[in-house]
Amino acid sequence: MNPFAKDRQLQAVDGVSFAIGHAETVGLVGESGCGKSSLGKALMGINPVAAGQIVFGGQDITHVRGEQRQWVRRQLQIVFQDPMSALNPRMTIGDALAEPLVVHGLCKDAAHIQQRVGELMGLVGLDPSSTTGYPHELSGGQRQRVVIARALAVDPRLLVCDEAVAALDVSLQAQVINLLKDLQSRLGLSMLFIGHDLATVRYVSDRILVMYLGQIVEEGPAETLTLQPLHPYTTSLLLAVPEPDPVTEAARQRVVLTGDLPSPLDPPSGCRFRTRCPIGPAQRKGREICITETPRLKPGGNTGCKAACHFPGEMKLASAAPAMTTLVPVNA
Amino acid sequence: MTPSPATTPEPVLQVRGLSTRFHTGRGTVRAVDDVSFDVRRGETLGLVGESGSGKSVTAMSLLNLVRKPGHVEAGEIRFRGRDILAMSDRELRGIRGNGLSMVFQDPMSSLNPIMRIGDQIVEAIHGKGRTTPSQARERAVRLMELVGIPDPTLRLSDYPHRFSGGMRQRVMIAMALANEPDVIIADEPTTALDVTVQAQILDILGDINRRLGTAIILITHNLGVVARSCDRVAVMYAGRIVEQARTAELFASPRHPYTQALLAATPRLLASRSQALMPIEGQPPNLIDVPPGCAFAPRCRFADATCRQQSPPTTDFGERSFACWRTAGGAALPDISRSSVRPLTVLPRTQTGPSSIARPEPGPGDPPNLLEVRDLVVRFAMPSAA
Repeated sequence: MNPFAKDRQLQAVDGVSFAIGHAETVGLVGESGCGKSSLGKALMGINPVAAGQIVFGGQDITHVRGEQRQWVRRQLQIVFQDPMSALNPRMTIGDALAEPLVVHGLCKDAAHIQQRVGELMGLVGLDPSSTTGYPHELSGGQRQRVVIARALAVDPRLLVCDEAVAALDVSLQAQVINLLKDLQSRLGLSMLFIGHDLATVRYVSDRILVMYLGQIVEEGPAETLTLQPLHPYTTSLLLAVPEPDPVTEAARQRVVLTGDLPSPLDPPSGCRFRTRCPIGPAQRKGREICITETPRLKPGGNTGCKAACHFPGEMKLASAAPAMTTLVPVNA
Repeated sequence: MTPSPATTPEPVLQVRGLSTRFHTGRGTVRAVDDVSFDVRRGETLGLVGESGSGKSVTAMSLLNLVRKPGHVEAGEIRFRGRDILAMSDRELRGIRGNGLSMVFQDPMSSLNPIMRIGDQIVEAIHGKGRTTPSQARERAVRLMELVGIPDPTLRLSDYPHRFSGGMRQRVMIAMALANEPDVIIADEPTTALDVTVQAQILDILGDINRRLGTAIILITHNLGVVARSCDRVAVMYAGRIVEQARTAELFASPRHPYTQALLAATPRLLASRSQALMPIEGQPPNLIDVPPGCAFAPRCRFADATCRQQSPPTTDFGERSFACWRTAGGAALPDISRSSVRPLTVLPRTQTGPSSIARPEPGPGDPPNLLEVRDLVVRFAMPSAA
């Protein structure tokens, strides 16, 4: 180990382009370490942007500072996974909701603040009279509602939800998902919904982006992308999600991706997914192109999806390759 | 598929009337309340429930690992014909790892960070039998192969931090298998993992289950995992098993409203996207102060006065049992899939001050997209060590 060696650069997000329309919800899925959270934080100005551009409402906000950044903070809000660590345990719910109103000078007097806090509580389905309670007195689902209400306090136009329902139990998760969908349609909010669970992301999103090792490998309308994926990674991801239906599960072919995500410090050449790809050069002869040439995101067929793959649409959900795990018996 | 349990009538593990309590300053928590189930050889039993339903405490009770302020108050856990709860510490040590072993959710906190993986597996082998060091090493390699760790001979000398989450969980499974136990209790073994890795781990557990005949108790909150891996399921709510059935039957026609509601609240990939998720309103009860009657009654759409006052009887059809007044005679539950989702109660807004309700539609001069990201790159400097 050489302590004087130069730091290496980890490219967490590597040349990502996409757009979110007005009142549109875009889902962003991928495995842990794929860069989805880094991307979300970069949008918020939490992570520094090394290259590229973020344009919001026609304005370049990539490197804005000072007063302009303050304006950006009112337009974009983020909700994280763990509501307990997002709330100050010594602050009442009412104070937590009043804080952004005060910081951004959105209310003229105390009465106005109180009224607005009540409105926000009602908006997320909490009892407006319980503003004197503390976070620990609430359940996980209620806490996440408080965090969502606080994000909405400044009247943002884009809400980034980073695994916002991942820590909640199924019954509460459904409550918060329905709340987000409801808020989205009533407030005309745009949303970036970051998650690892395609089944959940699909419920909320109009469009879905699939990310692998810092790059978007597929993009398309939520319904189409989950029913007719083009990229073998999307297909594998969809096949890995266990469906809560034993009949489907028994009939389903298994494509188990071998290995883990390669290190983003040293991504594979060409297509980054090729080392694990069920239809890649490790499995099929004559696919050197996957090693030598980086595939660009382009439309494949007329499904409305775009994929970064040299062989888009080849691996279908219905007729995927057989299971690839080989296990050796213990007493062999 | 696993052989039908009907061909192996004798269960390896029989749990009867298990009750575990925690005595706290604020009162007694009824964490596990009168739980009974059987596990047969070669079978995978799913124990499902949400957080606080008592599934993990049940698992800890099976190995008599519950410590103060917790206490197994009543019940019998028959393993190889003997009651685990009546065993001495010495006898228990002989059972743990040998007869019954456990895999936890977080492998990093279960592995010793400053001990080589190989040594940890060897320790698990040595702890019990009489093997020479070279035999133990050889067996460690076999175990690592069994759970699909590539290059096992090389990886023996690696430390846990060099393994990914999925690989660490494989190591935990290898250690659990070290002494060929009859039953593996896996407590949320895939919860911390990505779906692709989860699929690998579930395949490994399934493979062990089929080929070695090891019975598995799979504790999970994920109904998809149950559908994929379990032969039978026990659904827990507020410390009790509310329904038990073969997996296919439970999913096809749940007989307890909680099971039914849980299924309706679970997102699916193959269902229509427009079909809204049906949340279960309210929250699970406080286990210190469990209401009389059925614990699910306050959240149940079918509950009536009887449900709120009297604890439901358990209807037992052998393989299938459930505790609900509504279905007590064996009747099916009404279909809820078409019932509408109750809209959120939203208070009327006062129309003063900036309100988020009426946002102007984007005008013709506005850009078509709210946000546009172009060739974005985020970089982090990493120390060059390793």
